[in-house]
Amino acid sequence: MKLGLENFHFAGGFSVISKILLGGVFTLLLPQVLSAEQIRGPESIEFFDRAMRFFEMRDHSVRVVALGSVLIGISCGMMGSYVVTRKLSLFGDTLSHAVLPGIAIGFLWAESKDNLALLLGASFAGFLGVACISLLKKFTKISQDSALGIVLSGFYAVGICMLTRIQKMDFGNQSGLDTYLFGQVSALSTNDLIGVCASLVLITLFITLNYKELLISGFDPEYARSVRLPADILQYLLWALLAFCVITSLQVVGVILASALLIIPAASASLLAKRMSSYLCIAASLGAISGLVGAFLSFLGERLPTGPLIVLTASFLFLLILVFRPHHGILVCWVKSRLQSHRIAMENTLKAIYQVIERHNFSETSIRMEELMQRRNLGSGECMKEVNRLSRSGFATASLDPHSPSGLPPEKRVSLTPKGWEYACRIVRNHRLWELYLTNEARYAPDHVHEDAEKIEHVLGEETIRELERILSNPRRDPHGKLIPSLVDIERGWLG
Amino acid sequence: MNNPHKPLEIHDLTVSYQRKPVLYGIDLEIEEGSLVGVIGPNGAGKSTLVKTIMNMVKPNGGYVKIFGRAPKAGISRIGYVPQRETVDWDFPVTVMDVVLMGRYGHLGWLRKIGETDRRIACECLEQVHMLPYANRQIGNLSGGQQQRVFLARALAQESSLYLMDEPFAGVDAVTEKTIVSILKEMRDRGKTLVIVHHDLASAREYFDHLLLLNMRKVAYGKTEEVFKPDLLQKTYGGRLSILSDMASKSAGVRVIEKEAYFTEK
Repeated sequence: MKLGLENFHFAGGFSVISKILLGGVFTLLLPQVLSAEQIRGPESIEFFDRAMRFFEMRDHSVRVVALGSVLIGISCGMMGSYVVTRKLSLFGDTLSHAVLPGIAIGFLWAESKDNLALLLGASFAGFLGVACISLLKKFTKISQDSALGIVLSGFYAVGICMLTRIQKMDFGNQSGLDTYLFGQVSALSTNDLIGVCASLVLITLFITLNYKELLISGFDPEYARSVRLPADILQYLLWALLAFCVITSLQVVGVILASALLIIPAASASLLAKRMSSYLCIAASLGAISGLVGAFLSFLGERLPTGPLIVLTASFLFLLILVFRPHHGILVCWVKSRLQSHRIAMENTLKAIYQVIERHNFSETSIRMEELMQRRNLGSGECMKEVNRLSRSGFATASLDPHSPSGLPPEKRVSLTPKGWEYACRIVRNHRLWELYLTNEARYAPDHVHEDAEKIEHVLGEETIRELERILSNPRRDPHGKLIPSLVDIERGWLG
Repeated sequence: MNNPHKPLEIHDLTVSYQRKPVLYGIDLEIEEGSLVGVIGPNGAGKSTLVKTIMNMVKPNGGYVKIFGRAPKAGISRIGYVPQRETVDWDFPVTVMDVVLMGRYGHLGWLRKIGETDRRIACECLEQVHMLPYANRQIGNLSGGQQQRVFLARALAQESSLYLMDEPFAGVDAVTEKTIVSILKEMRDRGKTLVIVHHDLASAREYFDHLLLLNMRKVAYGKTEEVFKPDLLQKTYGGRLSILSDMASKSAGVRVIEKEAYFTEK
């Protein structure tokens, strides 16, 4: 069964809508559950007290909570890496929702929050959900994403109804089953912790033993089959472990957001890692951090649902990585594009100064500011800013004209330093060489080449220039008859 | 090298999708050390033939034998290069990782990648001129480079029979030349290569044997015996009327190609 989720957006939207709708129904049916999730009054002294308690880790319960959420973060991060790289994100979401009726059945069976019964029930429901998806896929024309959506919301609805009934039963009220919806880390027991540990050990063992097999079958399933690798068996084992991982993490993250802990840390890792091993490490550490911070925040706010807090932490980490990661991060890209646009503006001003000097037949070494403003088509303020930027980089100097007519304020003049002159010549040269190349070699009409050259002049490298010169055999005039400053001119420092 | 069995033997093979035959009564025997091009129009069953040999599609009749064995057992002796699009190129693996995947058949479960495997992978990368890119993530490569990595993985497999599905699809002229020279060199070392190819113009130049396929086997034999206007006409039906010109003018084809190459640059 191949899980390509091309229409992911649609299905994602569907699951969001179903969540909102069901959430609405749920709110109406279960007011007592929601009220139980709220903070019991703002007590600031207790706030620090609780924070201290968490960090000192003296309490047994705090240790269980911290350890449990970190371990869950690690196993979800690792499983999530495989879920995300195999494009099974929605599959994890479906699985976590589908186990809810199983939990309810397990509870009814044992008439208490017996871990084993809940686990068995959840596993049963999870596998039933997977079977439903497979059957829908096999016997109908329904696409993968719709099948996932149907199973996700259908099972979840059944689960909610059953849970509502249980809440109204005699033994139901104290059950704490509601913790399975949003997650409640403080309800984590030592027994739960054993389950969490077991799932982490199983996952780690599975991944270390099958690392290269998982890599091959994930990257290139067809090739995997060709080397007689049991890709299907691996896939089923992966699903089974995924179910186990989700079920053991429900207590902490909750049914509704369980898939977030699978998807978000792994998606963050995909922004950073270029190999599967580092992918796994990053996802596991991000999962651990999210789990710990989420648990801590939940602990502070006494019985604040843990799931949303963990997801918030994970999302925040994702955002941080998105903005600050090296090479392609939003910040790096922004800085790069800022620097580039500054450079282009500077080069355009240098070129404009050159062109004005050229119009005066190179008779003067400085030009009036007004001429530059006209040439660059800028206001005086902006033009001054450009000139200041040039003089800061040592390309130009601004001065007041001593020979301006008396009675009037002295005129501002701009002149290029030798360094600036060389730079300006190079840009003009790039521009005109490119124009010539386009007309001579690519058969452009002379009136079509200017705009293109305006962009290309800033990105032509030294090597390309040498090649252009070779192809055009060191030309002196551009298509419009203007002089192309040669290397000798640039070195001599002056033209005309 | 003295293998009594042919690398690839196909007898009366029929494959159909939903009762529509795609391949019908195909007989084929490929000798060791031949470089075979499989050509035919779109929908002629070229990919189906590959998939059947690779045991991904079950035939309705007839059989495939790989070195005298059924595909299920024989496929481990095939170096398979799937079409480039079948793979997720954003997957977190480096070029080196992909080439090392070629060593899997020699390792098996629980065995670690050793020094020898790494050395072989490096040599294979060197052969396709991709060694400088060994630590790149595969998503950062051009189409031609990706195809060369695939070829390096196939080389690392050290198989005796290679099956490649459209290795020239969407690659640049330089890569195409590199791949062809490597394929010829592999043949000279006694490997058998079966290559699905879409471009009739270059088929004559690249392969020493051709299989003309259009649901049925139209012809199989040495290129100079098979690359005949009447046979090609039969393969492509009326769909390509310029075919007869093509065959006689194939000397001019190289010139056209060169021009295309320069305008690309």
